[in-house]
Amino acid sequence: MSDSRYRSWGGYPRAEHEIHKLHWLTDSWPNYLNKPLLPFGNGRSYGDSCLNNDGILLDARGLDHFIHFDTESGILRCEAGVLLSEILELIVPKGWFLPVTPGTRFITVGGAIANDVHGKNHHRNGTFGRFVNQFELQRSDGTRLVCSPPENQEMYEATIGGLGLTGVILWAELRLQKIHTPHMNVESIRFSNLDEFFELSEESNDLFEYTVAWIDCLAKGDALGRGFFIRANHATELSSDPPRSPGRKPGFPVELPFSLLNSYTLKAFNLLYYNKQFLRRWQGTQHYEPFFYPLDGINHWNRMYGKAGFLQYQCVIPHEHGKEAVRNILNEISRARSGSFLSVLKVFGDISSPGMLSFPEPGITLALDFPNRYKKTFELLDNLDILLKNAGGRLYPAKDARMSADNFKHFYPNWEKFSQYIDPHFSSSFWRRVTV
Amino acid sequence: MSKILIIGATSTIAIATARLFASEGNDLYLVARNSEKLDIISTDLKTRGAASVHTKVLDMTDSEQHEDLIKECVDAMTGLDIVLVAHGTLPDQSDCQQSWDKTYKELDTNCLSILSLLTSCANYFEHERNGTIAVISSVAGDRGRQSNYIYGTAKGAVSIFMQGLRNRLHDSNVQVLTIKPGFVDTPMTKEFPKGPLWAKPETIAQGIIRAIKKKKEVVYLPWFWRFIMLVIMHIPEFIFKKLKL
Ligand SMILES: Cc1cc2nc3c(=O)[nH]c(=O)nc-3n(C[C@H](O)[C@H](O)[C@H](O)COP(=O)(O)OP(=O)(O)OC[C@H]3O[C@@H](n4cnc5c(N)ncnc54)[C@H](O)[C@@H]3O)c2cc1C
Ligand SMILES: NC(=O)c1ccc[n+]([C@@H]2O[C@H](COP(=O)([O-])OP(=O)(O)OC[C@H]3O[C@@H](n4cnc5c(N)ncnc54)[C@H](OP(=O)(O)O)[C@@H]3O)[C@@H](O)[C@H]2O)c1
Repeated sequence: MSDSRYRSWGGYPRAEHEIHKLHWLTDSWPNYLNKPLLPFGNGRSYGDSCLNNDGILLDARGLDHFIHFDTESGILRCEAGVLLSEILELIVPKGWFLPVTPGTRFITVGGAIANDVHGKNHHRNGTFGRFVNQFELQRSDGTRLVCSPPENQEMYEATIGGLGLTGVILWAELRLQKIHTPHMNVESIRFSNLDEFFELSEESNDLFEYTVAWIDCLAKGDALGRGFFIRANHATELSSDPPRSPGRKPGFPVELPFSLLNSYTLKAFNLLYYNKQFLRRWQGTQHYEPFFYPLDGINHWNRMYGKAGFLQYQCVIPHEHGKEAVRNILNEISRARSGSFLSVLKVFGDISSPGMLSFPEPGITLALDFPNRYKKTFELLDNLDILLKNAGGRLYPAKDARMSADNFKHFYPNWEKFSQYIDPHFSSSFWRRVTV
Repeated sequence: MSKILIIGATSTIAIATARLFASEGNDLYLVARNSEKLDIISTDLKTRGAASVHTKVLDMTDSEQHEDLIKECVDAMTGLDIVLVAHGTLPDQSDCQQSWDKTYKELDTNCLSILSLLTSCANYFEHERNGTIAVISSVAGDRGRQSNYIYGTAKGAVSIFMQGLRNRLHDSNVQVLTIKPGFVDTPMTKEFPKGPLWAKPETIAQGIIRAIKKKKEVVYLPWFWRFIMLVIMHIPEFIFKKLKL
């Protein structure tokens, strides 16, 4: 089935699937015979962790019913196919917010748990999984397990960040965070090199709930690592001139046969972006949507990369070697005369994740994306892996389509322990690739 | 706030519509034949803001219950403003061609059960001199085609019945809305390959709410189906009969 829904966000690699849609918690599953199963959320993972080539995808997006929302305590129970955007529509008017949200709101609760996603407040709240009180897991043998820290604890820890391999999450119960307004008090500060970035991070961590930086990956020499530092808190009072929520969005209606991104557009974009802010420091109020989800403003922006797709590279490097490794990576990219359209830098905090295979760890995280130029891109990324490995860092599976099995096993020494909890009928393209 | 009865509440299009009704804080009365699904939908709609949600398990082909159903519903919500009828099946045309029993069952589900229910509904609203009757028919009821004329017959009969009802209830201030969706991506059509003409159930739901609010009579959803059907309706029969449709 070549339904365009069953692709990953990066569009690389492609896979063929048999699709089985789940709509009801009471639904039975297909008679799987010899094909492996994998849950599918909303396909916002970049690489192949949401793909199961020649296998069956259990599309869980149809499990989209709310179960309970206690507006007093902020405890929400819903099925695993509910999108974060649907949760926000329900909870924000009632004064609640997601305790952790990634850079897109079009992901499912199941996907958020399976990748134990993080957001701009990692230094304050840690990962999504920390706010999951409990969930129910359906295994292929028909058993259903309610998992929480006191109950089936190991399965709870394996499933958070478990890449969909431990079974299908049917529903989950989340602890939300109180807010007073849907608005954000935002500051954006231009910085001219990596040292300044680290200084800003240091000074902002205690004062701001959300911090992130965009960097101009084409800048070299003294300007290496220049960019914008963005920090924010939820506004506690409505401003007199309240920003409005954005309306209908433009979009990419079709996939282009070629990539719109080439060295010229890339240069132009980065230059424009860096110079868009005239002042060194901008301060203002923003609605939460454009603040958290700037890319959601353009539907299917991934299509501008064309048929070949693109590759994300997100790593985390422990503080000890962080600065140096980021510098080396940026230098390597510029040496390869390659560049990343959007490059994001953030300091992770030291709150640990409950997940056995969760990606975040204390240190600095860098996310880059590259149009897929096949050999050229793959060689560059292999070189980055060497730098990363030497610095003691690791890659984010949710964004990966190419790391080697050796590297995966090195990055996630827990993988063997985790394997015990995998459902015997479940697998994914990613998992087959990294455990050969 | 309105008091709304939804028949075939487990239908994907009905659920999408009910969610919009719920978020406006309306009272809902849901009828479907599967009690487990009904419970799931009911808690979902309460969470989304419905003022109240009542449920009843009923196979709609059980026509003898229809009169009581309307009474129970009016009692439970102390009134009734809108009825949305959404239940239906997509018959296997070739099976029906081989068996009158099967054909009759399909006509019962997709047509007779609706006409029976509307008989009770119409009398209630006529007496109240107020209300909305909205029924999901289909573009397939506009013209018979060899690939699905049993379904088309049922939907066509429903549309004609509604037309008559509209005429009859005009003076009683009752809105009679015939909803004609084109292709919608729901479990009913899961076997079909999907193309650009296919709509999401959420889009149809928005169209239904808009048509009710604007007091429309017949609505094609999405809108472009009005033009597609205009063309199809104008193909002369001597040509149409030769087409493989
Ligand atoms: C623009 C953009 C920005 C992003 N920003 C961030 C970010 O800031 N931080 C971050 O952490 N990530 C980020 N991501 C990645 C994204 O949040 C994750 O990949 C997320 O897991 C995608 O969820 P999904 O619902 O689309 O699931 P899919 O991508 O479809 O699946 C992801 C995984 O979840 C599993 N899964 C899905 N549903 C279930 C279920 N019901 N039960 C069990 N397993 C299930 C799948 O098997 C798969 O392994 C971003 C992605 C995009 C496109
Ligand atoms: N999908 C399309 O392309 C399309 C196009 C035009 C018109 N329509 C019409 O839109 C309406 C809704 O369909 P849908 O697309 O939302 O399909 P759906 O999700 O398959 O819903 C159909 C519903 O009808 C219910 N039902 C069937 N027989 C019943 C009976 N005897 N008593 C009570 N309930 C019964 C089913 O209940 P169970 O859950 O218990 O099986 C199911 O919930 C139907 O009238 C359909 O004909 C659909």
